[in-house]
Amino acid sequence: MTTALEILLKLAAWLLLAPLLPGIINKVKAWVAGRRGPPVLQLYYDLAKLWHKGVVLSTAVSPAHVIGPAMAWVAIAGAALLLPVGQTGASFAFRGDALLFVYLLAFARFCIALAALDTGSAFEGMGVAREVSYAVLAEAAIITALLTLCVQSGTVSLATMLAPSAGAGAALLAAGLFGVLLAENCRVPFDDPNTHLELTMVHEVMVLDHSGPPLAAILHGASLKLLLFAVLLTEAVLPLGKLSLLPAIGVLVGSAMVVAIAVGLVESLLARLAFRRVPLLLTTSFLLCLFALLVAWKGGTP
Amino acid sequence: MNAPREFFQLSNGTSVPWADVPAWPVDEFIAATAAALEHGGRLCAWFGVPENSGTRLVAVIAYDSENTLAVGRSAPVVKSYPSLTLRHPQAHLFEREVWEQHGLTPEGHPWLKPVRRQDGGHPAVGEFFQVQGGEVHEVSVGPVHAGVIEPGHFRFQCNGEDVLHLEIALGYQHRGVEEALAGGPHRATMSQLETVAGDTTIGHATAYATILETLAGTETPLRAQWLRAIALELERLANHTGDLGALAGDVAFLPTSAACGKIRGDFLNLTALLCGNRFGRGLIRPGGCKHDLEAARGAQLLEKLRMALAEVNQAAEWLWDSNSVRARFEFTGTVSPAQAAELGLVGLAARASGLVRDVRFDHPAGWHRFAPVPVAVWPGGDVFARARMRWLEIQRSAKFIEEQLATPAEGEIFAGLGASAGDTLAVALVEGWRGEVCHVALTDSAGKFRRYKIVDASFHNWAGLALAMRNQAISDFPICNKSFNLSYCGVDL
Repeated sequence: MTTALEILLKLAAWLLLAPLLPGIINKVKAWVAGRRGPPVLQLYYDLAKLWHKGVVLSTAVSPAHVIGPAMAWVAIAGAALLLPVGQTGASFAFRGDALLFVYLLAFARFCIALAALDTGSAFEGMGVAREVSYAVLAEAAIITALLTLCVQSGTVSLATMLAPSAGAGAALLAAGLFGVLLAENCRVPFDDPNTHLELTMVHEVMVLDHSGPPLAAILHGASLKLLLFAVLLTEAVLPLGKLSLLPAIGVLVGSAMVVAIAVGLVESLLARLAFRRVPLLLTTSFLLCLFALLVAWKGGTP
Repeated sequence: MNAPREFFQLSNGTSVPWADVPAWPVDEFIAATAAALEHGGRLCAWFGVPENSGTRLVAVIAYDSENTLAVGRSAPVVKSYPSLTLRHPQAHLFEREVWEQHGLTPEGHPWLKPVRRQDGGHPAVGEFFQVQGGEVHEVSVGPVHAGVIEPGHFRFQCNGEDVLHLEIALGYQHRGVEEALAGGPHRATMSQLETVAGDTTIGHATAYATILETLAGTETPLRAQWLRAIALELERLANHTGDLGALAGDVAFLPTSAACGKIRGDFLNLTALLCGNRFGRGLIRPGGCKHDLEAARGAQLLEKLRMALAEVNQAAEWLWDSNSVRARFEFTGTVSPAQAAELGLVGLAARASGLVRDVRFDHPAGWHRFAPVPVAVWPGGDVFARARMRWLEIQRSAKFIEEQLATPAEGEIFAGLGASAGDTLAVALVEGWRGEVCHVALTDSAGKFRRYKIVDASFHNWAGLALAMRNQAISDFPICNKSFNLSYCGVDL
């Protein structure tokens, strides 16, 4: 009974806190640009609004167009529950759940891509092509990062491998994961979440034909994914395994805010990359994680 | 009829009796025009004038290095004539327009289709050029766009992310401006011409006022000429600043994007300080100007101009100093000088490809006869060059306004306007912020407009954008497009 309650509480915390991050990023960007900016809670208002709206469907789409976002949302929420919070560990943990984590994220991407391709629109097709091309490199970086933690801790369970710090390669790992975080969450310099230019979009163009609750699921899923990456980054670097629940939550919330501010500053001060240069930056992230892996593998032995 | 040997030469802002415009049989006229374009000429306008027995073609050619314009016409043509486009691609859109308006077929034109003809509420865009192949896909953008911008249709032939070909279809805002001018000027004409292209109000209003003053043979009061020159540069400042911000916005570079949006407003407010309207509507009227700039407001304008200039310089510095921005702008959307010359690009886009082409300098009229503006040129022809050009022109325009405010012309700002001469052709060129604005008027025996031709800079330059996109990444289209920032309504008329 207590575990069920705990899982529910954790899930509620994940779901309720996630939409805060885009709000913070937008505030930072507004502050740098000298504007007042939208309220921090804007995404909550948007979600509430979308939830009450109807769904406009193209005549060309199949049910996959609506089911896709829902499945993606469930997959991301499931991945979030695999991440441990302090001493209490993850809601679900078993040997090898790190692989499930990676696959859930990949599945979410697949669902969104399928829902986008379902429209048959040239724009969305272009967006999907870009998305999955970059994913090849981004996933390599995440898997390498998790492999680093595996080697470091000697386990293949997220709860135990994220508990200690990443050791000597922590800085490399943090830099690599931050790059992946920016790429996976369609932030500058990989993508521009604010653009209205369909031809330059990656993630945004894939969701152009969605509306109402499915769009709300996509937006909320995206914010959840951002929080998930912020938490993964923090736990990979900081030894939070010893902390009890409340301090752990405190540290995680604090560091998620730091990540959001960092994302906001990157977006304020950098122009986005030309598409042909994106693989270079993603490869850099992958190499950073790879070097962290080398440090974890060879660095420990005298 | 003996074939005349030369086009009639005149200068910007002057007129010629219609009877004195040399006329050739159409084949010889085409040959003479082609020869003129080969020998330093540039096609400013090309249009038809219907007569009982057919339609006469009229060419207005600019010899930039000699500071003269030349006009010539053909004998009435009935069905077709040999296309000029084959030898001079700069004529391609003009010939399509004449075909659409007068039914004259340019024999051998490689891509003859409507420019803006309406077909039940939307333009008859015709067939698009298609690239065949298993790997090739087509992307169609517009006419409804995601931003609050004008309607236009873009058809890309792509191989993956690379654009093989772009075709642009306009005409969605065709409202019959030229048709409405026949038999004019009417009471609404001045207001209509101020909105031919809303962001080039001063440019088009100056050209129209110059046409009427030329036809009437009235010299515009000097102080009005002075005011128009200042307003023209204020318009340039506001638009160039806005474009720098928009270019930064398209590559998600926040600082310049946010700052320029605000500074553009400051420049627009300077025009409002001058005449009460941010776009300069109501300032220019045939015969002079309607609002004066007293010394006190002049001083105020100067002070605010300096503040805004300092801010825009700061914002531009951020842009130039950012490696990530330069990586996006440099070597993107390049138009070579040879291509620019062949297509007859004008204004900023031509100067960014290294062509020295500026009406204020080449064909000075009005106040520019007394206060020349140095031409700013930047080589390269890429997005960076066009962005850099804007910044250079911001400097020059601000300096020009400062100099003019220090030495104002005295006197009246408005003089009456006499009656227009009959059967006369008048030409006025103005360097609007995008480039050359060309107005040509032909009056009937009563001095009313028999034909009024408007050529906005965009009419020449859209083809430049299409060419700039060849072999570019389709994701770079927005910055290429923004770097030209052409007018849709200025073409659609």
